[in-house]
Amino acid sequence: MNREIRLKKRYAAEQRFKLYGVISILTALFFVGLLLFKVFSGGATAFIKTTIAVEVDYNKELLGFEASQIPSMEEVKQADFYDVTYQAATGFYKFSNDAEEKSIRTMLSGRYEQEIKNYLLNNPDLLGKKEVLYLTTSDDVDQLHKGNFPRDIPEERRRINNFQLQVYDALVEQGKIKTKYNNYFLTNGDSRDAEIAGVGGSMMGSFFSIIICLILAFPIAILAAVYLEEFAPKNRTTEIIEININNLAAVPSIVFGLLALGILLNTFGLPRSTSLVGGITLSLMTLPTIIIACRASLKAVPPSIREAALAVGASKVQTTIHHVVPLAMPGTLSGTIIGLAQALGETAPLLLIGMVAFVVDIPSVPTDPSASLPVQIYLWSEQAERGFVEKTSATIMLLIGFLIIMNSLAVWARQKFERKWM
Amino acid sequence: MNSILLFVLLILCIFSFYYGQSRIKKISSASAITVKSLPHFYGYYQALWCALPAFLVIVFWSILEPIVVKNLILNQIQSTTLQELSKNELTLLYSQIVSLAGNNFSGNITEAVKQGAFSYKNFLSISQSSKIVLFLCAVIAATLFAHSKINNNVHAREGVEKIFIIILFLSATAAILTTVGIIFALLFETLKFFKTINIFDFMFGLSWSPQRAFVRDAGAVLTAAQVQDLKDAFGAVPLFAGTAFIAFIAMCVAVPIGLFSGIYLAEYASFKQRKWGKPIIEILAGIPTVVYGFFAALTVGPFFKVLGNSLGVEVSSESALAAGLVMGVMIIPFVSSLSDDVINAVPQSLREGSLALGATHSETIKKVVFPAALPGIVGSILLAVSRAVGETMIVVMAAGLAANLTINPLEATTTITTQIVMILVGDQEFTSPKTQSAFALGLTLFCLTLILNFIALRFVKKYREKYE
Amino acid sequence: MDVIMNEEKIIAKDVSVFYGEKQALFDVNLSIDKNKVTSLIGPSGCGKSTFIRCINRMNDVIDICKVQGAIEINGHNIYDKSVDVVKLREKVGMVFQKPNPFPKSIYDNVAYGPTIHGLANNKTDMDQIVENSLKKAALWEEVKDRLNDAGTGLSGGQQQRLCIARAISINPEVILMDEPCSALDPIATAKIEDLIGELKETFTIVIVTHSMSQAARVSQKTGFFHLGKLIEFDSTDKIFKNPSNSMTQDYITGRFG
Repeated sequence: MNREIRLKKRYAAEQRFKLYGVISILTALFFVGLLLFKVFSGGATAFIKTTIAVEVDYNKELLGFEASQIPSMEEVKQADFYDVTYQAATGFYKFSNDAEEKSIRTMLSGRYEQEIKNYLLNNPDLLGKKEVLYLTTSDDVDQLHKGNFPRDIPEERRRINNFQLQVYDALVEQGKIKTKYNNYFLTNGDSRDAEIAGVGGSMMGSFFSIIICLILAFPIAILAAVYLEEFAPKNRTTEIIEININNLAAVPSIVFGLLALGILLNTFGLPRSTSLVGGITLSLMTLPTIIIACRASLKAVPPSIREAALAVGASKVQTTIHHVVPLAMPGTLSGTIIGLAQALGETAPLLLIGMVAFVVDIPSVPTDPSASLPVQIYLWSEQAERGFVEKTSATIMLLIGFLIIMNSLAVWARQKFERKWM
Repeated sequence: MNSILLFVLLILCIFSFYYGQSRIKKISSASAITVKSLPHFYGYYQALWCALPAFLVIVFWSILEPIVVKNLILNQIQSTTLQELSKNELTLLYSQIVSLAGNNFSGNITEAVKQGAFSYKNFLSISQSSKIVLFLCAVIAATLFAHSKINNNVHAREGVEKIFIIILFLSATAAILTTVGIIFALLFETLKFFKTINIFDFMFGLSWSPQRAFVRDAGAVLTAAQVQDLKDAFGAVPLFAGTAFIAFIAMCVAVPIGLFSGIYLAEYASFKQRKWGKPIIEILAGIPTVVYGFFAALTVGPFFKVLGNSLGVEVSSESALAAGLVMGVMIIPFVSSLSDDVINAVPQSLREGSLALGATHSETIKKVVFPAALPGIVGSILLAVSRAVGETMIVVMAAGLAANLTINPLEATTTITTQIVMILVGDQEFTSPKTQSAFALGLTLFCLTLILNFIALRFVKKYREKYE
Repeated sequence: MDVIMNEEKIIAKDVSVFYGEKQALFDVNLSIDKNKVTSLIGPSGCGKSTFIRCINRMNDVIDICKVQGAIEINGHNIYDKSVDVVKLREKVGMVFQKPNPFPKSIYDNVAYGPTIHGLANNKTDMDQIVENSLKKAALWEEVKDRLNDAGTGLSGGQQQRLCIARAISINPEVILMDEPCSALDPIATAKIEDLIGELKETFTIVIVTHSMSQAARVSQKTGFFHLGKLIEFDSTDKIFKNPSNSMTQDYITGRFG
């Protein structure tokens, strides 16, 4: 009977042990879920903005033209829009004093003047007519409408005053508040105002960095891997290079930032804050990853292929270029994409080379100052405004989206082209 | 300028290729003997010789030009101005000169700047024209050399392949160059730092507050009080302790969860569970660290603070616990996939031997598989520790900024990487010990992770040899 | 009268085994006598190893493997739902093709089984079990001075005898041996064969072997497998001297295999 009890205990231990495993996996999955939920639930609304329907009177006289005049495009561009925009921005609700006037005006984004002007430039025949435009609201109204601001706290602790709240309620009642797709988020550069801040600039910055990283790291890595796997003699130099590559792959990324700061910026005088330097730094980091992936693929090519080519009189170089390297390409490509995905998410070294600058303009060449997507996340997460929290989450969604695309591409490349050797 | 030269070079290369190819064909048909290599190899041979020397000229010139020109200009300024200028002023002056020469200077144009810009343009044009001359010389000389070699007695394919292998070798040394670059960049500033601050004060000092070390030239004479001040500003022990502490918290999270997940996936999971579970856990590894930082700073940190408040415990919103916990989550997939691999490498025969004796599955794992896999697991954990130590964004965003020697996980502490970022983001004064100290910290971090990786790889390698 | 004295220990009834879609064993029926050595022979891939792994349900380890039919030990079907594999394997030990000592000391290798089953009450008990097992496996004299050395440091033959000692340490009723000598040199093989002869006094032994001479030397009964089917099962004498099936005849005379 003693043995039966013992056996029961052993089975209980077995169940417990298995349970630990299940709990661990569930914990890990819970964290994945929590993180993604947190990001997606907070970020989705950044792709929507709140607008107010405002009637704009493109009156010729307000713009400074004669009533009978038919101005050219150029003249319209030069015209003074102040009166038109002022009338529009204060005309959607009655006010009785200066403070109320200001409250109304600040319910719109800092861009409403441009929005009104651009709409006319795109639709020139509206000149002299009236039109209802949906103007972007300020961040505060936007957040209020999205339900992120509590209304029942005292006025002085609210970012929206009582009058604005009253106006907002009235506008909602009249159906003048509408949500629209936020066209600014993907195309604009950074801004101090959350409602018009976008990731266009940092996306460009990331794009340039990744392209430079690819151009530099991919060829050098393949050549290095081919040398080490196919041609290197087994001697001390080769061994040192190999150890070196393995260690380099595990060096913390911030050390590469120090390298870039000390050598690229201070010694070679490359321009600070640019995606050029960012790309070079990332390529140095990605190099070992691609080399290791390429070597593994080269190793997987069976020796019989090499022997077959050598046996028909191909030289070693020809064998390698014609047969071995093409066969190793799928694995190398997928390793490269994974390396680039890592580089895309890398932040720390870019902070040190000044890619944290506040850049409003969208960079057009790699030597323009710019931020990158992960750096943008870092910058916005430091901002206290609720609008930026939402924008940060949305940027994370974008970044993770890009990473998922890249990783799926890597998996696809491997499965589609890799052959199994018997 | 460089792009024009490279374009010209490309055209020349294509031309050389066809020239070499047609020439050898002519020779072989005229003398009616077989050449040693196929004609296109002579083309490659000619083209490579045309391209490589000229390309090297462009590269070296582009690297050296700004350095040489800067030195020349600065020397000139030094010799013409009467008062001694500090290094900072010189750097500022130089950047003014460069922007004036590029016609995008908006500011007060002084005589010195004007003169400097004039000679800057001057030097630049001299440099440009000499670059072109050198470039052409290289192309002509190399082409002539290759031209003389093209006849049926030269084995062109061997020549081409030799050059190819040399290019391969040079690419392989890129990794070495990177390491040398890292060591050089770190050592250079660190040595300057240790000229001002005693290395022992840095390694064993108990107080870290670099903002107290006001900007100062390395050459200035210090009073005794200032020396003491510097000593107190750069004691790195709180940073080492903070780094170790947060890494420890992270490992407390990552090791049990990662290890049990790895064991479950390797030993218990059905094929289907494995197929789905493993990639989902590895999603955690693919998420950029800045996202974890955001998560730690805006979700976990405040959560602990609220939780602490409701329990009546004082919790800092930048507690070591929050940063460590999130870092641990980041490392889970690292530990789990490495230990999964290691456990899978344990031969099946050992499992069968134990099962055949009537051991249960968990007894087999605990008493046979795990001990057999231990060296590999230790290696993986060390690799994970090295990652935790070098991790930057999570701690920058979620850990504290002020150095604080504590073992209370609810207080804020700071780490090596946080301080490097804090010091180097924004304006940098490369003459101040504050900036240099970041490089000293970087060197420490580099050595620390190097040692950890080295030991870890040894463990893993030994383990692999055992079962292969 | 001889037949009555043989007590049937294991009876296989219509045993079929599937690896996924592929059938590896077809309706095997045979009975194994107590305290006898039964050998299973046949060409590679004939299913003899698959069959022997059914007897202590080692095939459970492989996910895609399914067993049909029944195997009765002492009259109980081991594939019955109520049967506990752990208890079964305690009674039916196994020695594998390649020696697989745990990466532990010689002592711990032998003590492992008794520890998990709680057979020893104290250290002296355990020492006694280890010594007895090693003695029964004819290894005691060679290792008694270095019990704390690693088990993996022994020679191939010693490792296999250590595995046998490990198997008998928990005092099973049946020992299954899956080509125990295939990785050993002739001298080590001879020692193991002698050992098998001694062990059959205490245990019922089933041995899979690819060597016909070994089967002839050590066993009293022999089964011949071919392509997953049991072709012939009879006393060893009969199989080797006067087989009733022509395929058996061809195999033992070396025409195929």
